[in-house]
Amino acid sequence: MSDHLLQFNEVRLSFAGVTAIDGVGFHVDDGELFAIIGPNGAGKTSIFNCLNGVYHPQGGSILFDGAEIVGMKPHRIAELGIARTFQNIELFTNLTVLDNILLGRNLRMKSGVLASALYWGRAQKEETEHRRRAEEIIDFLEIEAYRKSLVGMLPYGIQKRVELGRALAMDPKLLLLDEPAAGMNLEETEDMARFILDIQEELGIAMILVEHDMGLVMDIADRVMVLDFGEKIAEGVPADVQRNPDVIKAYLGEEFELPGDEAFVAETGEEE
Amino acid sequence: MRGRPSLFTRYEADGAIFPNNAQRVWFVVGLIAVAVLPIWLPRDWMILIATAFIASVGVIGLNLITGYAGQVSLGHAFFLGIGAYAGAAFGGAATDKLTGLGLDILIWLPAAGLTAGLVGAIIAPIAVRLKGLYLAFLTLGLVFLGEHIFREWDSVTGGPGIGREPAQLSLFGWRFDIDGSIGGFDVTREQQIYWLGLVVLIIMGFLAKNIVRSRIGRAFAAIRDRDIAAEVMGIGLTRYKVLAFAVSSFYAGVAGALLFTVTGFVTTASFNLLLSINYVAMVVIGGAASIAGSIMGAAFLTLLPRMIDAAGDVLPFLEVGSQGILSTSQLERVIFGVLIIAFLIFEPMGLYGIWIRIRNYWKAWPFSY
Ligand SMILES: Nc1ncnc2c1ncn2[C@@H]1O[C@H](COP(=O)(O)OP(=O)(O)O)[C@@H](O)[C@H]1O
Ligand SMILES: [Mg+2]
Repeated sequence: MSDHLLQFNEVRLSFAGVTAIDGVGFHVDDGELFAIIGPNGAGKTSIFNCLNGVYHPQGGSILFDGAEIVGMKPHRIAELGIARTFQNIELFTNLTVLDNILLGRNLRMKSGVLASALYWGRAQKEETEHRRRAEEIIDFLEIEAYRKSLVGMLPYGIQKRVELGRALAMDPKLLLLDEPAAGMNLEETEDMARFILDIQEELGIAMILVEHDMGLVMDIADRVMVLDFGEKIAEGVPADVQRNPDVIKAYLGEEFELPGDEAFVAETGEEE
Repeated sequence: MRGRPSLFTRYEADGAIFPNNAQRVWFVVGLIAVAVLPIWLPRDWMILIATAFIASVGVIGLNLITGYAGQVSLGHAFFLGIGAYAGAAFGGAATDKLTGLGLDILIWLPAAGLTAGLVGAIIAPIAVRLKGLYLAFLTLGLVFLGEHIFREWDSVTGGPGIGREPAQLSLFGWRFDIDGSIGGFDVTREQQIYWLGLVVLIIMGFLAKNIVRSRIGRAFAAIRDRDIAAEVMGIGLTRYKVLAFAVSSFYAGVAGALLFTVTGFVTTASFNLLLSINYVAMVVIGGAASIAGSIMGAAFLTLLPRMIDAAGDVLPFLEVGSQGILSTSQLERVIFGVLIIAFLIFEPMGLYGIWIRIRNYWKAWPFSY
């Protein structure tokens, strides 16, 4: 049981009467691409927030790499190796692309304030070393041209990519992607799918993907879990889940409305 | 490399304070000009500019916590006060009523910074629970608390209306605060104080610049821009906020101690809310999250009263004293207020932003598109 990378057990989370997660359990293995789908408000983002330590579930346990992470501070969980992107982009707006990605490296850097103030020897070497790794990620995501741009000024699709880069820079064991293709056009969505598959194949990082684009999920996920009103209604390989009558009833009925809405938002730039 | 100044072959060069030779040359030229200025300056101007140098150190400190780490502090006057009195206690002479260790500046100056930094670090864990307006109010409370402590603790501060002598400016027996001669050249007290202030500013300025271009500075900015995202990326909020508070207070402590010795006089009421607001104004006018801007803001607001006085000599409606339509001190207050509002609305990047725009214009000259 605990040889899974992540073991999410009977987790329960509620807000003043609203039950966001109602005893959900699942697991993720090393190198696996696990997808969570479900209508808006199903509790997908809340699961991520529990995994990050931003929300504290009232019940259940979350074992990551054998350690209980419920009750841990977010930055401790990050150090254990969980990274994420956000549904509504949460980049450091006044910093450059490069600085945002370097911030992903921050928890792997050791220089204290004195060493930094002197910027000598080890502290400088450390900056250079991590800069090199940041550049690899910039190359990997094909955002070289934006390296020195302030992220707040960049197009939505590029910001999504920078956020992915920032999470990758943490060298995580588990990467949580909250609607990475939301609001993207077909071409951008295909690029994103390619990056996700490359991350799985080249870097071997396990991922949990929350996504509304059904086509994308069914194409690339190893296993899929379906949530509705905070409850798990199905889990399995994409082909099985797609045929599940409960899933069709609860979720697939709405499938065609959502992508249209969000494409509109992206075009008019009204996101956030 | 030549002709393509933004092409780097090494990452070290990309992250450098002066990314190219031209900038390095300009900095050195400017520095030499500032350093030789006291050969001709009148004495009172030297003290005024030295005050600006030292105020710059204090403003850099406030900019670190407020401009970089995004934690609005109205408590800077409190830490300036701690620095001033700690400096006097470590470096001043003892009397039958006053504590004074009479130490060398090499000890009392860092000690004043560390004392303020330590107090900052002790208070920070309470302060970091609060954000925005609440934090501003809490730090405001520090100023009132400070005024009370300074008033009561008369074995260190001398008490209200009495005060005490500041620390002695002596380095290995050499006295900065009396006229002397170096290698046959006569140097005045004012010249020495000017140079001392300049050297301290250069050191503190570079240290701050290094902090903000390294991982610590990036973490500060991350907390300012998005605290939840920062935490999720492994940046412990408490740790970095406490650090920002401590470093900022250290800078305030150093500045406070030196300001006391340069002006020669402070009272327990000097470290009040108005002083805090003055520092916030220097950050806003100079440019938030900029070290160069901190210096510009400090220089500008420190020199402003003198420039208005100078204007009073030539403009008939301006009067020093209470005659005339507008007194110079009234005008100073008005300009001060208008400037803060104008910068907040029209130039959020402060004087530093204006400077960058001028520089970019001249870079492209004569093609101004
Ligand atoms: N911070 C919060 N406070 C109150 N209710 C919340 C909060 N976060 C989420 N919820 C509620 O929990 C439910 C699940 O939300 P969420 O996890 O964001 O859904 P999804 O990501 O699947 O769209 C919703 O009913 C939402 O209103
Ligand atoms: Mg969501």
